[in-house]
Amino acid sequence: MNDRWLILGGLGLFLLLVTWPLWQGLAAGTTSAGPQLPKAKAGTVCVAPVDWMRSSHMELLMAWRDGKVRRQERTYLGSNGTSYAVSLSATCLNQCHGGDQEKFCSRCHAYAGVPAPDCWRCHVAPVRTAALAAGGAQ
Amino acid sequence: MLDKALVGNRSYWGWLLCLLVLIAVGGLCYLRQLQEGLGITGLSRDVSWGLYIGQFTFFVGVAASAVMVVLPYYLHDVKAFGKITLLGEFLAVAAVVMCMLFILVDMGQPSRVLNVLLHPTPHSLMFWDMLSLSGYLLINLVAGWVMLQTEATGLPAPGWIKPLVLLSIPWAISIHTVTAFLYSGLAGRSLWFTAVLAPRFLASAFASGPALLILLCLLLRRCTSFDAGREAIGKLATIVTYALAANLFLLGVELFTAFYSGMPEHLESFTLLFSGGGLAPLMWLALAAALAAFAILLVPRWRGNEKLLATAAIMIFGSLWAEKGIGLIVGGFDPSPLGRVSAYTPTFPEVAIVAAIWATGALLVTLCYKILVAVRAAD
Amino acid sequence: MKLTRKNFLRLAVGGAIAACSGALTRTVRGQGLVGTQPQTDDGVRFGMVIDLQKCRREAGCSLCRQACHQAHNVPEIPDPQHAVKWIWNEPAAKVFPAAGESFSARTLPEQLPILCNHCQHPACVRVCPTQATWKRGDGVVMMDYHRCIGCRYCMAACPYGSRSFNFEDPRPYLLKPNPDFPTRTIGVVEKCNFCEERLAAGKGPACAAACPQGALVFGDLSDSASAPRQLLEGRFAIQRRPELGCGPSIFYLV
Repeated sequence: MNDRWLILGGLGLFLLLVTWPLWQGLAAGTTSAGPQLPKAKAGTVCVAPVDWMRSSHMELLMAWRDGKVRRQERTYLGSNGTSYAVSLSATCLNQCHGGDQEKFCSRCHAYAGVPAPDCWRCHVAPVRTAALAAGGAQ
Repeated sequence: MLDKALVGNRSYWGWLLCLLVLIAVGGLCYLRQLQEGLGITGLSRDVSWGLYIGQFTFFVGVAASAVMVVLPYYLHDVKAFGKITLLGEFLAVAAVVMCMLFILVDMGQPSRVLNVLLHPTPHSLMFWDMLSLSGYLLINLVAGWVMLQTEATGLPAPGWIKPLVLLSIPWAISIHTVTAFLYSGLAGRSLWFTAVLAPRFLASAFASGPALLILLCLLLRRCTSFDAGREAIGKLATIVTYALAANLFLLGVELFTAFYSGMPEHLESFTLLFSGGGLAPLMWLALAAALAAFAILLVPRWRGNEKLLATAAIMIFGSLWAEKGIGLIVGGFDPSPLGRVSAYTPTFPEVAIVAAIWATGALLVTLCYKILVAVRAAD
Repeated sequence: MKLTRKNFLRLAVGGAIAACSGALTRTVRGQGLVGTQPQTDDGVRFGMVIDLQKCRREAGCSLCRQACHQAHNVPEIPDPQHAVKWIWNEPAAKVFPAAGESFSARTLPEQLPILCNHCQHPACVRVCPTQATWKRGDGVVMMDYHRCIGCRYCMAACPYGSRSFNFEDPRPYLLKPNPDFPTRTIGVVEKCNFCEERLAAGKGPACAAACPQGALVFGDLSDSASAPRQLLEGRFAIQRRPELGCGPSIFYLV
């Protein structure tokens, strides 16, 4: 039983590593309250029911992306009968969701711990165009 | 069986440590490349493929050359190769893994590599290259491992193993043919646009691979209890001689067509390769080494001398590495479609990444051969 | 058959192979081996005629390039080896090397604009392993930056040097970003898109619109009444390296 302390020490280290995110969260004072997203602009209606968008917006975005780039589908008929121009920055972001992906997309993705897809490495939110010119990427 | 790789003397562990250090350094450089893009390499708008794709091309040849021990043993009953077929198969496994890594590090968006499978495109040769390379890896891995197991346990080999090994023979030819087609199907690149490219690839593969195998056999005899036997090494040397002759012949055929016809495009790339461009000294050195090695191999008495044979094998491996792994790929981009000649100089991170992939290949070969030697020693 | 571990593995491997080969045969059947034909042919072939007598009347003019690069967020990268170009000027002797030694070489201006040829049988489309570049029914050779894996096979295949790779992040090199068009990211290949975003809005390419001489004439080459066809009727025109069989849709009027 000479190895007892080695084993116990190893177990302790393992527990510490496994629970590390918990301690980190406690130390940083993280709460479970979600971020307050900017309200959609008055008078705008989302292309699909809100619940479906919450769970599956990436599916819609991918369908839009492939449709527009590869099949020239430039307008989308929403579930409410309105037709929308297929555009990530002009329609989704600028027309409805406050014009800034940092405030709308990134915060929620960070909160949910879902790595944000790299849309914004190419697409430009109009409010961020000025920053690009100054040489500051993102 | 894997546990046999975990027992070794100090020099074994020291060697593994060296390889791991190289892999770590290259890995760090690769992280930087992921972050900053391929701009940290010497690649450019005009020379858009370089060391990575050159090494890929060369090692497809090394992988394909396993067929040069498998074919004589299984089709012509050359008993001397019985002890080294497994060496050939494991070398092929390591070489194919290296090829895949070279492709991966060359990609601008490696995270999207699965797009090749998600959107399969039969009119792209790269699609077929991927299929043939992964199939070849699987065949050699399964065949090598099962044969090793039968040696360890002393049980007869399962019935399906022989058809699998036989399948590996045409498959080996196909991997290098498809790799040559990657280049020879491009009408705009005159250095590659030649029907003789695939045969030339095969000839240089069957010279460089067995040359490496000779060196590995000699090394194994020095460092371990494993002896491939004089006969096997002698037969390998004969194979190398024929393949090298074929390769030199095909190179001569290419040069004749280019220089006698005098067609500017064909002439230009060869002239740049051998006199104008920055690669010229390397190309002449490679040619001289190949000719000198060929002279050694032609004389049976010299070929039988193991010191001379080892020298010739090193020269051949190095010469074909320079010819195919650098000259052919980089040279194919000079001059550019707009007539520019650009110098390509690999950068430190690029070389470190290549060294890391070489080290990965060496690591795989070491581990496989270690297990093999241990299994044979236990008999 | 008893489901031992060995049998299970056999079944799994067999199933995987069957599934893969099924998918493979399906795609092979659907594609054909030399896939440069568009899946649907609209009966339209967009092309451009560049009138060299009008072009470059003013030495050093690069208005077409400026308009294009501004509209499409093409970065101005100082390192020529990392440069990204959609339309730009090159010495005529390099663009038409066969005409370089002829005694009538002076019929060509010293510099002339080149861009993607939007070929009928594009080599880049043939080699792309992911269909990230493909030919549309109207002849426009497109790029899907979402799908490109950055293997640069298309750059090796294109005999015209029309393709650029993003060796570095292009964003710091944008002088005046256009919010209506995306930028690109490191590791993808890009090229002229024949202003497909303007075509969709019923406008012609930005380069043609920017030329004060009207030297760049865009239109449907399969329509004998179109402006480019009318021009080609009456004058001698050359294409870049037509002998390679790519079928460039850019014509240069001598």
